[in-house]
Amino acid sequence: MTAMSKHTLSVLVENKPGVLARIASLFSRRGFNIDSLAVGPTEHPDISRMTIVVNVEDLPLEQVTKQLNKLVNVIKIVELDQSQAVQRELVLVKVRADAESRSQIVEIVQLFRAKTVDVSPDAVTIEATGSSDKLEAMLRMLEPYGIKELVQSGLVAIGRGARSITDRSLRALDRSA
Amino acid sequence: MTEHAASPRRGDTPAAHAPGQQTTVETMTGAQSLIRSLEAVGADTVFGIPGGAILPAYDPLMDSTKVRHILVRHEQGAGHAATGYAQATGRVGVCMATSGPGATNLVTPLADAYMDSVPVVAITGQVASKAIGTDAFQEADICGITMPITKHNFLVTDPAEIPRVIAEAFHIAATGRPGPVLVDVAKDALQATTVFRWPVETSLPGYRPVTKPHAKQIREAAKMLVNAKRPVLYVGGGVLKAQASAELRILAELTGAPVVTTLMAIGVFPDSHPQHLGMPGMHGSVPAVTALQKADLLFTLGARFDDRVTGKLDSFAPYAKVVHADIDPAEIGKNRPADVPIVGDAREVIADLIVAVQAEYDAGHKGDYADWWAKLDEWKRTYPLGYEPAPAGELSPQQVIERIGQLVGPDAIYAAGVGQHQMWASQFIRFEKPATWLNSGGAGTMGYAVPAAMGAKAGKPDTAVWAIDGDGCFQMTNQELVTCALNNIPIKVAVINNGSLGMVRQWQTLFYNQRYSNTVLHSGPEHDGKEPPAQGTRIPDFVLLSEAMGCVGLRCERPEDLDAVIKQAMEINDRPVVIDFIVHQDAMVWPMVAAGTSNDEIQFAKGVRPDFGDDLD
Repeated sequence: MTAMSKHTLSVLVENKPGVLARIASLFSRRGFNIDSLAVGPTEHPDISRMTIVVNVEDLPLEQVTKQLNKLVNVIKIVELDQSQAVQRELVLVKVRADAESRSQIVEIVQLFRAKTVDVSPDAVTIEATGSSDKLEAMLRMLEPYGIKELVQSGLVAIGRGARSITDRSLRALDRSA
Repeated sequence: MTEHAASPRRGDTPAAHAPGQQTTVETMTGAQSLIRSLEAVGADTVFGIPGGAILPAYDPLMDSTKVRHILVRHEQGAGHAATGYAQATGRVGVCMATSGPGATNLVTPLADAYMDSVPVVAITGQVASKAIGTDAFQEADICGITMPITKHNFLVTDPAEIPRVIAEAFHIAATGRPGPVLVDVAKDALQATTVFRWPVETSLPGYRPVTKPHAKQIREAAKMLVNAKRPVLYVGGGVLKAQASAELRILAELTGAPVVTTLMAIGVFPDSHPQHLGMPGMHGSVPAVTALQKADLLFTLGARFDDRVTGKLDSFAPYAKVVHADIDPAEIGKNRPADVPIVGDAREVIADLIVAVQAEYDAGHKGDYADWWAKLDEWKRTYPLGYEPAPAGELSPQQVIERIGQLVGPDAIYAAGVGQHQMWASQFIRFEKPATWLNSGGAGTMGYAVPAAMGAKAGKPDTAVWAIDGDGCFQMTNQELVTCALNNIPIKVAVINNGSLGMVRQWQTLFYNQRYSNTVLHSGPEHDGKEPPAQGTRIPDFVLLSEAMGCVGLRCERPEDLDAVIKQAMEINDRPVVIDFIVHQDAMVWPMVAAGTSNDEIQFAKGVRPDFGDDLD
């Protein structure tokens, strides 16, 4: 048996009510764990794209994708290899900051090419995007100042290069529309 | 080439796309559009019960000359009847119910049809779209509830969608790996005025079942088969559903390989065929179970390595390579890794395999299974299916079932409930034809037999249909005999009455020190549950109960009456017949592989493990 590892799945689904529930229900029923999930529209109004990060062994991963493929509303599934894809998360974090510490925090923000999006007398709110590793590193740096609130998006990912995973699927949809 | 040439084929485009069909565009209500859509997809029988939310649909249903509605007594009966209809005819079964409790009563039969891959479409009424989500009267989120037990489901709030959704529902149910589909229609969508258009364009961009197998994989599989020394054709329900029994027989006789048929595949290969080893699994025949254990190749066609077949998975068929053909890619490698995976419809797979195997033969490669057959024949001779006779003067349940099979014959359809009687029916009735054995294999739904037999008889009125039921199962769904009596559906029901929940009692006998907790059904107040119950308690009295429901009720208690009672039942065709067979209660199902143990530990009878020799290890 291979060890557990993280896999990023890009799932193109029909933009219909209840699709998210079908996917969530499938994962829970078959006992698969979702590490992160992000859903949003695509360049085609009839198609939504989900980026799902799962932490499973290889064999269960094959079951996950096969079972997902059986859902009638699922159009296409692609596993995005980390080296062949750009993967990003977004974090908004509110850090305790007074007149003394603020400049140090702003320095950290600049180091990580993050942005200060809100300032008040005793806190700053920072917006940062990047890979999980980069965001973790930034949060470690900010922790000593006191993190008051943290919100993080699911991971989104896109393959490198000119090819698009939606090309063929969109053509299929146009034919049947 | 097949027995079912007229039936629709899996993978076909839905009827809605048939070329040359006239286009219909008419203004009508959503309810009328629903009934017209059902007519257009060819539904001829609907089992159901009306209620508030579905009521608009029942009005135009009354005028339909093409759709026969059969008013059942419980929605569960409607669901199982649709399943029985589908299994017997190969067409999509249809059931209908209202919102809330009507819809939730369909949950068990939908789960049952899902586990056994039966094409069923369930149509439920839903509260008006504005009331959805408000906990309105008789509201239940049936789409949410049935999500994990249907192949797909739809909520319709726009009446214009009704024809397309019905066409898609039937297409999804019948193609690929078949399964149940639920269509939930809001009441206001049924009441609104809309335009009915037919044919409709379906839009299912994410649904593309693969039916044509990969040629390279077929060649690879054929090569493995001719090179194997100890192959077994492990045949499952997929072959039955693909209506491929003729092809299977050709492949089997061409190769000379032994065949086992799972509980879901019984009838797809004749029981009388010399290459048939019987059923594998927990209560399978010794030759079938052992052949899989000792095989060097499992040639798997439309089967799914269910735990009831494999026993303890990591000791199942330890010497075997695996060819696995299934229409559902997710089944391949799910439980047992496949050396040669093949995705495709079983009929196309087997047809291609015949050609590929023949090509191997032409090239001079032919499998030699003579040594293998010497072993198999020895196991068949030494460990045939059998049973101990009942104590003198008492009926043995196996004998009753065996005799029904002999007297009624292989042209009839047999529907079983779940439990000991189901296993005995699978063992002691000789099945020679496909679609003559209906049972609840995956879900194990007690109460399946009577409504399923009703559905089968409604779909095939000229065929004799027998329900082989237990007294426990019978008390769950017998009310559908009223439906049978009132709608001229003259089924026969053999109640194998041992006064207890027999299979559970068998486990208590074997694994719980004969402590019969809550398995005695006929116990009167004078019994503490540990002593054998008086068989004469007769609560309920099945003969009186059956007569109250408009059936002929018969009883058989003595072996010498057995043939006469069965023959008497066979002669009655204007009403359903129920026979209460009082059988001795200690009979057990053998052979048996205890749950969770290896198939190597199969017991031929209590405490008797066959001697296989170890020369193959």
